[in-house]
Parts: sequence; structure tokens; C-alpha cells
Amino acid sequence: MKTKSKPVKNRSLPGNESVLRQLWHDPMGRAGMIGVCLVILMAVFAPVIAQYDVAKMNARAKLTGPSAQFWFGTDHFGRDVFSRIVYGARVSLEVGIVAVGIAAGFGYLLGMIAGFFEGRVETIIMMVMDVIFAFPSILLALFIVSALGPSIINTMIAIGIVNIPVFTRTVRASVKTVKSTDYIANARSIGLKKMSILFKHVTPNVLAPFTVQATLALSGAILTEASMSFLGLGIQPPNPSWGSMLSDARKYMERAPWLVLFPALFIIMTILSFNILGDALRDVLDPKLKL
Amino acid sequence: MSEKKQDALLNVRDLRVYFPIRKGLMKRVVGHVHAVENVSFSVRAREVFALVGESGCGKSTTGSAILRLIEPTGGQVFFKGDDLGKLTDEEMRLKRRDMQFIFQNPYSSLNPRMNVWKLLSEPLKVHFNLTPQELRERVEDMLRLIGMTPDQLERYPHQFSGGQKQRISIARALITHPSFVVADEPVSALDVSIQAQILNLMMELQQEMELSMIFISHDLNVVRHISNSVGVMYLGSIMETGDTEEVYRHPAHPYTQALLSAVPSHDPLHKSRHIVLEGDVPNPASPPSGCPFHTRCGRCTKECTETRPQLTEIAPRHFAACHHLK
Repeated sequence: MKTKSKPVKNRSLPGNESVLRQLWHDPMGRAGMIGVCLVILMAVFAPVIAQYDVAKMNARAKLTGPSAQFWFGTDHFGRDVFSRIVYGARVSLEVGIVAVGIAAGFGYLLGMIAGFFEGRVETIIMMVMDVIFAFPSILLALFIVSALGPSIINTMIAIGIVNIPVFTRTVRASVKTVKSTDYIANARSIGLKKMSILFKHVTPNVLAPFTVQATLALSGAILTEASMSFLGLGIQPPNPSWGSMLSDARKYMERAPWLVLFPALFIIMTILSFNILGDALRDVLDPKLKL
Repeated sequence: MSEKKQDALLNVRDLRVYFPIRKGLMKRVVGHVHAVENVSFSVRAREVFALVGESGCGKSTTGSAILRLIEPTGGQVFFKGDDLGKLTDEEMRLKRRDMQFIFQNPYSSLNPRMNVWKLLSEPLKVHFNLTPQELRERVEDMLRLIGMTPDQLERYPHQFSGGQKQRISIARALITHPSFVVADEPVSALDVSIQAQILNLMMELQQEMELSMIFISHDLNVVRHISNSVGVMYLGSIMETGDTEEVYRHPAHPYTQALLSAVPSHDPLHKSRHIVLEGDVPNPASPPSGCPFHTRCGRCTKECTETRPQLTEIAPRHFAACHHLK
């Protein structure tokens, strides 16, 4: 029994615990995990980390450079950039998680229905998805927000809707692949009910690409939020958002480059962390998977 | 004939399976692949009936269609007197407790995310109301029957060899104590060295559990070893059927004769006349007129190209479909 000598049990088919352990053993996975954890910690402990009120203006300290008092300097209203960035992480994550939640939830459901029941239902669902997919995502999100009115909730909804087709396609494709496998025919020949086949045999084998897609979509959603806020149709002032901070900073870019530097840096690092984590997760969950 | 019908556990009558060929944007049906064409045979209790033929001749499709894993296009299948085609999906689902399918490839037919315990307990949970104690006992009993031990219950399919996987696969099919199974080339995906082990296991289990079986194979030696009766298929039709020994000793149909002449002999002094078939198997989407075998048959006459020969009894319990046997 060769398998007995293996130290790690069930290496390639792990429970949640060993997925994390495997991610940690992968250099890229570890980098992604650390990055994502830092952003999450920053968002959760924002009130502890930030020394200043994000909306409090200080006329005597306009556009001052990074110093011991204001680590990342101050903006044109004299607000502390570091505090705003810390709270901005909260906004980014909130928008990312809720938007991906909407997208993943609806996408999963529609993908399952399309893939499992096929026929006319599938054709209709996929046609609608293709129409949504055909629009550039930012343009569509901007359109939805201008229809609903700019607010943080509407931003989440807009980004969520824009991301539904990707999830629907991912889930549908894997449902169809799984459905044609021998082990599904086997489950039928055993005499399992349709719903049991769907939940016990199809779902677990669809979850891997789905999880990877969710991680990657998070970074996309955060970026879309930043872009929309930059264009003024995302998070409204005085709420801090990395995108709107960048937008505000444009006019003072030459006099106060730190106003651009720090929000941009945080956007890049956050997106990068989520992307790296997503890639590593894909390798751990299913090396054959290509997304 | 009527007496025979009664002691038959499974009766297949004119089973047909056509697959539509769709083309173009509107997915219009432009033709049909005649995968199974008017197949009839019966399987008695505790009998092993083998279906042999080259790949693509419709033997696996026949097996799947009997269990309605593929819905038949026409014909009837009687199992213990019930017409399976008339059952609702739910009735058929419950019937599956008594009739199971063993898949060809154990590498793909076991869900990679289920361990042995889940794989073996699942069929029992579907069809019986057992206490956890009874469930455990039934699973462990079955494990013993297939020569495995309870400490392997927590393992996943990828941690086993091909032979062990097929043992698990067999156990999964037999754990509900069916009276009938279709075994679709159960050893062809395995190493030759393992094939004999699995075949012997299947024969033991067949005796012990008093199973009736349809054994699908393209290996003529294996078929002779394991089966009581045999049906030789070509292009979706049964060309010859009868007791295995009788068919092997006195093959009547030219196709059966050609097949058997290709089997390597163990006896170096045995002189066999090789019958080499010319050409390829015709396209089942446009099967030839008359006898399906006439395009490759050395004894083909005008009659063969025009009328399709019916299965006729040439010796007791030995049927063949050929015009030249009258």
C-alpha cells in the first residue's frame, strides 16, 4: 500500500483545512493569502488603525507631504490620506464581496439550471447572458448606476449584474462536463433521484472552478468600483474610496504626488493579491482547470 | 416457446435505439444512426448471457438501453414480467435496486470526491431504510466479498489501483443484491494481469449471489470462459445466438465463423483456416440493404442484398440469421 507512507492524507482531494495548508506551501499562494489578509485586517480594524476622522478637514494642513503626523500626507481639504485609505479598504471589500455575492449567487443558479436542464431554458438563459456579456463591463455598470442613481448599494448591484454572465458560463460549462461523466451515469444506474445527483454528485465537482472564479471576480469587482468612483458614479463623497481619491488627486498631481501614489499602490496591491490567490487556488483545487 | 418465456428473467423484444443526427443552425434532424436494430433475446435466472462483437456494433448501447440509461427508440424489455418501457421514471428508479450496471472504466465511473464508504453506502441509503449499524454491516460484508478490508473505507478512488477500483465499482453495483446486472466490458480497461482476477471474482459473485448477467465483451476467450449463452452482434443486430459451447463448436453464421477463426489457438499443431474479412464496417447511419453483413460476406448472393434474414433455429436453442442455412 503505497499510499500509507504518504504524510499528507488525501492530498489532491482535500477538505477545507488542507486547501489552506496547500495554499500556504505554495509561494504564490502564500503571497496572495498574506496580501488578502492584510487588506481584510485593515478593513476590519479601520477604526483602530486610522488616527483621524476621514471626513474631518483641516485648513491649516492642506496638501502636506508624508510626515510623522500624517503618514501618507494630507489632501486638498487637509484630510489624512492614510486614514482615508484604511477606510477605503472597507469600501472596496464591501463592494467587492456584496457584488461578487450577487453575481455568484445568480450566476450559480442560472448556470446550474442551464447546464442541468438544457434545452430551451438553456438557450434563453445563455442568450440573455451573451447580451450582458457583450457590453464593456464598466460601461454597463455606469449605465445601471446612472439609471438607479449613484449610491454604494447601487454600485454593488451594478457590479454584481455585470459579473453574472461570467459565473453562469463557468458553472454551466462545468455542469455540462460533469454531467457527461461516467460517474453521473453510474449515479443514475444506482437509482439516485435527480436532485440527489445534482446536489451530491454534480455540485461538489462544480465547486472548484466556481471558487476560483469567485476569487478572481473579487479583484475585478474592486477594480470596477475604483474605476466607477474615479469617474464619479461610484462611492459618493465624503465616503472614502480609492477610486474617488485618485480622481480628486488629479488636479494636485504635480504638487502632491503622494495623493496619487498611495491610493494607486493600494489598488494595485489588493488586485494583485486577489489575482495571485485565485491562481494559486486554481492550482491547488484542480491543476487541469483553465479559467 | 411459451414455457421458455416464463423461466426467462429478462426478455428483450425487438429493441431499437436510433440516435438522431442533427445538422445546421436549427439543429434539424437529417438522419439516424441505427445503433441497435431489432435485437431480441432472453436471459434466464442465474444465466450469464454474453454479447460479443467488434467496437461500435451496439453491444454497449443495447446494455444501456435495457436498463433505460439510454431511452430505447422502440421495442420492449420485460424484466420479471414487467414491461420496463411502461414504467414511470420513479418506478424505474426503484426498479434499479434489482437491476444494476457495471461500468467499463473504473477510472471514470467512480466519483473522485467520494470515499469508499460513501460510494458503497449510497446505493443502500437510496433503496433501503437501514440503521447505521446495519448499514455498516452490509458495507463491510460486501467489502469482504470483494477481498478488501474495512480500513480502506476512508480512502478515495485515486488511492487505489485499477483492479481495486473495479472491485469497488462491482461492489457498488452488487451491494443492493440485484438479481440482474449488465456488465459493460468490465475488464477491458484493466491490465491483462488483473483481468483474470476480476473475472474470477465476478464468476464467484455470480454463483454466490445467484445473479443473472449480461456480459458485454469483445474478447472471445473471456466470453467462452464466463458465459452460458452468447449473442454475436454486428452493426446493431444479433447475427447468431445460442449456448456458448454450441456456438463456439458449431458456428453457423459466416460472421461468427470469421470472428472465431481470428482467435489465437493454444495448440501450435492446430491448423486453423483464417477467414479474413475485407473492407470496413458499414456506416450505421446508412445501413446496407438486406443482410447487414452482405458487404463483407464471402457467401453473399443476390438474395442477401435484398432481403434481411431472420433469426432461425438451426439446432435446439441455436439461432442464426443467414440465408445460407436453410
